[in-house]
Amino acid sequence: MTTLQQIATVLIAGAATVLTRFLPFFAFRHGAPRFIRYLGDVLPGAIFGMLVIYCLKDVDVLAGSHGAPEAIGILVTGGIYLWRRDMLWAILTGTASYMLLVNLVW
Amino acid sequence: MQPTGTKTAAFRQALPLSFPIMVGFIFLGITCGMYASSLGLPWWMPTFMSIAIFGGSAEFVVASMLPGVFDPLTTFAVILVVQARHLFYGLSMLKPFAGMGRKKPYLIYALCDESFSINYGAHVPERIDRGWFMLFVSLLNQASWVLGCTLGGVFGNMIPLDIEGISFAMTALCVVIFLDQWLQEKSHVSSLTGLAASALALVLFGADGFLIPAMLIILAVMAVLRPRLESIYSSDDAPAADGSGAA
Repeated sequence: MTTLQQIATVLIAGAATVLTRFLPFFAFRHGAPRFIRYLGDVLPGAIFGMLVIYCLKDVDVLAGSHGAPEAIGILVTGGIYLWRRDMLWAILTGTASYMLLVNLVW
Repeated sequence: MQPTGTKTAAFRQALPLSFPIMVGFIFLGITCGMYASSLGLPWWMPTFMSIAIFGGSAEFVVASMLPGVFDPLTTFAVILVVQARHLFYGLSMLKPFAGMGRKKPYLIYALCDESFSINYGAHVPERIDRGWFMLFVSLLNQASWVLGCTLGGVFGNMIPLDIEGISFAMTALCVVIFLDQWLQEKSHVSSLTGLAASALALVLFGADGFLIPAMLIILAVMAVLRPRLESIYSSDDAPAADGSGAA
């Protein structure tokens, strides 16, 4: 690709991204039908379930560390959150424990 | 309320919550920028991508395409698939973003996984202006990403960088918000469907192609269970009377 073609490619990828972000707002700018409002209410729970799996998609439970650092990191994060009800501390402690595990143990 | 006080309070609420993501974004951005320069791309390309696209996984994919043959149609289709999950974020943010006025276009443009997660899931006290809070979260996150990508692009392979595991901040963020939703929700059907459908799709389709099937399964389950779930999950103040009915 020439530099100009590379710039065009990036802009096209940007347009595709913007499309996925703006489409719901554009399509329903004059109010959403009931089914769409239902989806807006019901989807978030499913989305965060999906995102948790998405974050773990490259973990191989059959090889390497078998996903042990991820499992421990999640337990620490969840445990701290249930104990302190503080999102920031839960994320920081969970991430720190995961980093210690992958760098020092596995 | 004075505008300055409103903004300061919102900023002070946003900064600590964005902080773990900002650190992650800077390091992942450096990685993305270094990857781009390892492909022989110009130093400014990672910065340009971080503004024109602003989506981590999409930028890695686009960087890998740039040394190849110019194929705009394939690029558009691939990125559409990679980014399709944003459609779900938009549907969930229709209400929270309503009435955001001039902040709304930027909030939507910058609606990446992380900013969506914080802006949807964070508890913001009543006294804090939600609009400014969301704007600062989005701005701080994107600024960190742009900074990281730029550093990576400019310094290329000069930085011996191996901070393994920092990207776990996103996993932890999602776990915390999932848990928080779980503790509040009247029904766990949606949360469990999200986990189960995604795990099933991951096993069936593999890491690179599972998101779209997962989204379709989730949509199908929600459509089928609508008669049971609609009243449980409804956030409408009054019963809908617009008569537009089911789509």
